[in-house]
Amino acid sequence: MGKKSSSGAPGAGTIRKPGSQIIVDILVEQGVEVMFGYLGGVVLPLFDKLYDSPIKFIIPRHEQGGCHMADAYARATGKVGVIVATSGPGATNLVTGLATAMMDSIPLVAITGQVRTTLIGNDAFQEADTTGITRPVTKHNVIVKDVADLADTIREAFYIASTGRPGPVLIDIPVDVQVTETDWKGPKEINMPGYKVRTRGHARQISTAATAINNSKRPVVYAGGGIISAGASDELRTFAEKANLPVTTTLLGLGCYDQTKDESLDMLGMHGSAYANYAVQECDLLIAIGSRFEDRVTGKLATFAQKAKIIHVDIDPASISKNVYVDIPVVGDAKEILNELIGAVEHKERKEWFDMLAKWKKKHPFTYNRRAKTIKPQYVIEELCRQTNGDAIIATGVGQHQMWSAQFYKYKHPRQFISSGGLGTMGFGLPAAIGAQLAMPDATVIDIDGDSSFNMTLTEMSTAVMYELPIKVCLLNNGYMGMVRQWQELFYGKRYSQSSLKNPNFAAVAKALGAVGEVCDKKADVPAALERMLAETRPCLIDFHVDPEENVWPMVAAGKGLHEMDGLDIFESMS
Amino acid sequence: MKHIISALVLNKPGVLAHVAGMFAARAFNIDSLAVGRTEDPKLSRMTIVVVGDDRVVEQVRKQLAKIVSIVKVQDFAGHDMVARDLMLLSVAATPEKRPEILALIEMFGAKVVDIGSKYVMVEVCGPESKIEAFIDACRPYGVKDMVRTGTVAMSRQKSRTQTV
Repeated sequence: MGKKSSSGAPGAGTIRKPGSQIIVDILVEQGVEVMFGYLGGVVLPLFDKLYDSPIKFIIPRHEQGGCHMADAYARATGKVGVIVATSGPGATNLVTGLATAMMDSIPLVAITGQVRTTLIGNDAFQEADTTGITRPVTKHNVIVKDVADLADTIREAFYIASTGRPGPVLIDIPVDVQVTETDWKGPKEINMPGYKVRTRGHARQISTAATAINNSKRPVVYAGGGIISAGASDELRTFAEKANLPVTTTLLGLGCYDQTKDESLDMLGMHGSAYANYAVQECDLLIAIGSRFEDRVTGKLATFAQKAKIIHVDIDPASISKNVYVDIPVVGDAKEILNELIGAVEHKERKEWFDMLAKWKKKHPFTYNRRAKTIKPQYVIEELCRQTNGDAIIATGVGQHQMWSAQFYKYKHPRQFISSGGLGTMGFGLPAAIGAQLAMPDATVIDIDGDSSFNMTLTEMSTAVMYELPIKVCLLNNGYMGMVRQWQELFYGKRYSQSSLKNPNFAAVAKALGAVGEVCDKKADVPAALERMLAETRPCLIDFHVDPEENVWPMVAAGKGLHEMDGLDIFESMS
Repeated sequence: MKHIISALVLNKPGVLAHVAGMFAARAFNIDSLAVGRTEDPKLSRMTIVVVGDDRVVEQVRKQLAKIVSIVKVQDFAGHDMVARDLMLLSVAATPEKRPEILALIEMFGAKVVDIGSKYVMVEVCGPESKIEAFIDACRPYGVKDMVRTGTVAMSRQKSRTQTV
């Protein structure tokens, strides 16, 4: 402790700095270019130092929005997102955003102000037990009570957030720690006895996995968000091409494998493709990489992939055999392990298997009633995909529109689909689009949203206006909490208890907030409306009045096996 | 099945809350939990007795290992180790019953630590089975109060094989 590094302070003299300056200097040292946050009493010393810093600072309208922005910034870039909030309500407003990032393994560093150390525990004004409240929704959190510990703690936070299975880390910093001066300490090698990351896969496990792959007649790769966080999309493609493997992805894995390729089986799971779900149920080898067998993916566990041996590649040992028993676990970094597997796998033709997959793919494509007179939400997305050539960054809220965005937009690149998968956070879409646009200023960023999700955080439209971000909101407005309504229709005898909304005039709201707003309620107008939206350089919303009772198909109902999908007959009648 | 898990943790505030919170959040059952310092002032040791099948206990071990403030986790299942509980127990002891009770205490290798006019306070240390047996033996006389530390355990050195 207290050992000074040689690489830090220049010259022989010790440099003294207040905690607030140390925070800013380390953020810069860590390469932070954009950060998000909201002011408040106990973070004023920090904001005073931020005033002179090169970091671009974005003020949302609500801390939750800011946290989602930082999260989406991280999802779009792979860098650590940074969010600042004041004590008490500022910190509690972060909880949903932290939990969202935690469930989806997104690297975030949250800095919260805290009341002065002498007041902690006294129910002071705007005091909350921030570390207590956020412990279950962070990968790690810590309160810094001694300014001497501040520098190392922040560096460790970035390290923990971005390595291993990434996640949010929160640092709670009392206001007196921000103003107290201490000796500046430069960076040194991080050594945390309780935090060791194993990235290299066990050689014997890798060779066992390779043998299983080479011997498999009906293999399927089931790739998840771990491919994206490991930056392993290229390796996945090479691996799948070399060994000749079909690939299905999870919701969060969308984009990690080019969906325009023949070998892509698109998304699996509750609202996944019939061909992906059949493939999983019929395969003799399931190769899970960076995915975690979530219940929305597996359906009824007792019938999940019963004919298959399972390989599971994951950086988190606790993910292995948590939900599904794994035959060949390989703990480590997906990129490193894929590179080793590429060297060990052989090309196998597997004609019968690929013929079978092609047959399913042809028989059960994602579809909808294209002859309908109403605006079908799927149509809007399909047209949007066509007009953007499948290259836009798509953010979503949560619900039906999210599933249609997963089904009908075909993703080609990692970090192109930005959505709250694990926690299912409604209201994520708009702030996520803002965060992604800040990360990728030249990209076309579109929030495909539902009316109910959008209602939750629409106030952030004025953030987009303030920072002149050309984000686009493609609002699929059905006047319902669509997914809830679908469940009520299917499982509660069409009793639409509390699921319909009296919405505002969204186009007028957008205009009032300084954005462009438009309504589109005719099918024939959809292409032109989307063209205008894509050409717009200001923040822009188009309120598409879509078919109010459209459902997401296929669907694996709760308690059903993946092969027991509902809606396939509806599919067939339409296509 | 009961498993004894030993976790070496950083001696920092919030670690106990983190462990307890993780158990609650993941619906794992703690049978007992004992925390104390180690020879290294920076480290404490938690000995946690967990009830569950092998798969549950495997998850407990992995989830504990994930906590950043936890340095090392060991499941003692299948290990050659010594496990001990400490208990203070007050048993009703009228003057006429006292000799009987004192004989019982002697038999268990327990120790009288306090005597009142109507009770005897006993300190018992040993494997959990012995503690349970002592409680059973005292029940007919009337157990007035008891407190237990929970199990603590330590691996044996490899050369010694016999369990006491």
